[in-house]
Amino acid sequence: MRVRKNIATSDEGFLFNPTTGDSFSTNSIGAEIILLMKKDIPMSEVVETICGKYDVDEALFERDLEEFSMQLKGYSILE
Amino acid sequence: MEKKRYERPYIIKMNTGLMNKFGTRSDNEPVTHIESVPVKSLISDYGSPLFVISEKQIRRNYQNATRIFKMRYPKIQFAWSYKTNYMNAVCRIFHQEGSWGEVVSGFEYDKALGNGVPGNKIIFNGPNKSDEDLIKASKNDSLIHIDHYDELYSLIRLSEEINLKPRVAIRVNMDTGIYPKWDRFGFNFENGQAWNALTRIINSDNLELVGIHCHIGTFMLSADAYAIAARNLCELAWSVKERFGKMVQYIDLGGGFPSSNTLKGAYLPGSDTIPSIDQFADSITDVILGYGFKQDELPLLILETGRALIDDAAFLLGTVLATKRLSDGRRATIMDFGLNSLFTSLWYDHKISPAQKLGNQTEEMVMFGPLCMNIDVVRESITMPMLQKGDQVVVHKVGAYNMTQWMQFITLRPNIVLIDNDNKTHIIRKAENLLYIQELEEVPEHLK
Repeated sequence: MRVRKNIATSDEGFLFNPTTGDSFSTNSIGAEIILLMKKDIPMSEVVETICGKYDVDEALFERDLEEFSMQLKGYSILE
Repeated sequence: MEKKRYERPYIIKMNTGLMNKFGTRSDNEPVTHIESVPVKSLISDYGSPLFVISEKQIRRNYQNATRIFKMRYPKIQFAWSYKTNYMNAVCRIFHQEGSWGEVVSGFEYDKALGNGVPGNKIIFNGPNKSDEDLIKASKNDSLIHIDHYDELYSLIRLSEEINLKPRVAIRVNMDTGIYPKWDRFGFNFENGQAWNALTRIINSDNLELVGIHCHIGTFMLSADAYAIAARNLCELAWSVKERFGKMVQYIDLGGGFPSSNTLKGAYLPGSDTIPSIDQFADSITDVILGYGFKQDELPLLILETGRALIDDAAFLLGTVLATKRLSDGRRATIMDFGLNSLFTSLWYDHKISPAQKLGNQTEEMVMFGPLCMNIDVVRESITMPMLQKGDQVVVHKVGAYNMTQWMQFITLRPNIVLIDNDNKTHIIRKAENLLYIQELEEVPEHLK
């Protein structure tokens, strides 16, 4: 799962898809995850990074990440 | 290094269009305490879900309503509507404050007696009174509000048989300009049925007419309707006086004052739209005082207010069981309470607050209950912070009708706790268990 190359992102959680003209807003953790995804690192590393920084257990975050990814796919942000 | 507080990742598509003039702020301040008792400790001590009732708030509500009416009219009596909430502890608080009891079944009647209400301070309403109920109420000198001719004639027959003269009133239905018109209870005013019933009672040697009663509706949003009702009851009282030389002792305007809950489909919150008790009091007392009765023959004004006195004194605490996303993308939150315990979620969009500080990000969601039933929806749409499993919430204004109309369906009914005036907590109804539920069941021999 990779963030489409043409998606513009900002550190504050603003996203723009020039193909569709849609713009999106995320909360700060959402923005952080998208920035990590843009680095093309494995998902396990995303989980490790977020769980190391935030007070959340891995199982819960994995579940939330899966759902978040589904949303991103639905919005054509992920390939 | 201390870890940051976690919040579920969230993305929303931004839509262009006109600005919303009402803004986007949602009222999501956490409610961490009821009175001064922490919600967390209530749930850890008594479980979740949990009904919590504030004794202080009940007394405040009662004293406030009494003050409002007493400022305007010299003879006021409230009668606690048992069906609204007949937890004994709740009833006894109202009785301590001076309220009579208003009951609508033999079961409620016995409950009121058990709560120490003297028989002559129990108002017996409703269409369902057995012969046994009528005899008991007559012997206790209670105020029997006759609902239909069958009951009137039963009571005449019974009073002859037991040689008593019960104190009675009739229930009157009428057109007060509201929709739907309540005409299934009592005798109709406009077609003369009420007057005929009054005449029949006065001509009976065995019944004593003491009052006239009406109950024009529930969750009334118009104070004017009460002015019409009061005028019609005064007209009947005046006619009885003129025709028979007898002044009734009381006029009973029944219940129906709303709480500040928001009705489903309402455009604005209930707190912004419902008339205040002062407005109802003005409408009612202006009519009675202006009708022309002499000062010493002014009837006692009885009010059977239920909902407006108890709704905001009770809360339902609950816990998030799970969150999920529905096929259409909507967020769904599943709570450990549903329609079975929060019956009024069929009528209201209840205000629900988080019970702990959560992030500033909010999302719209459907809030479901725990039942395996499609209809178990607590809120069809509510904007809340990002809830996750284990988070606790407080549902506001649940004191009326939930603890009487709740259902033992699929799950067991929870504890009810009262917070007293000193902020001490008391269980006033224990959570149900399997033994209690099965106590009345019997298994035929061949199935054992």
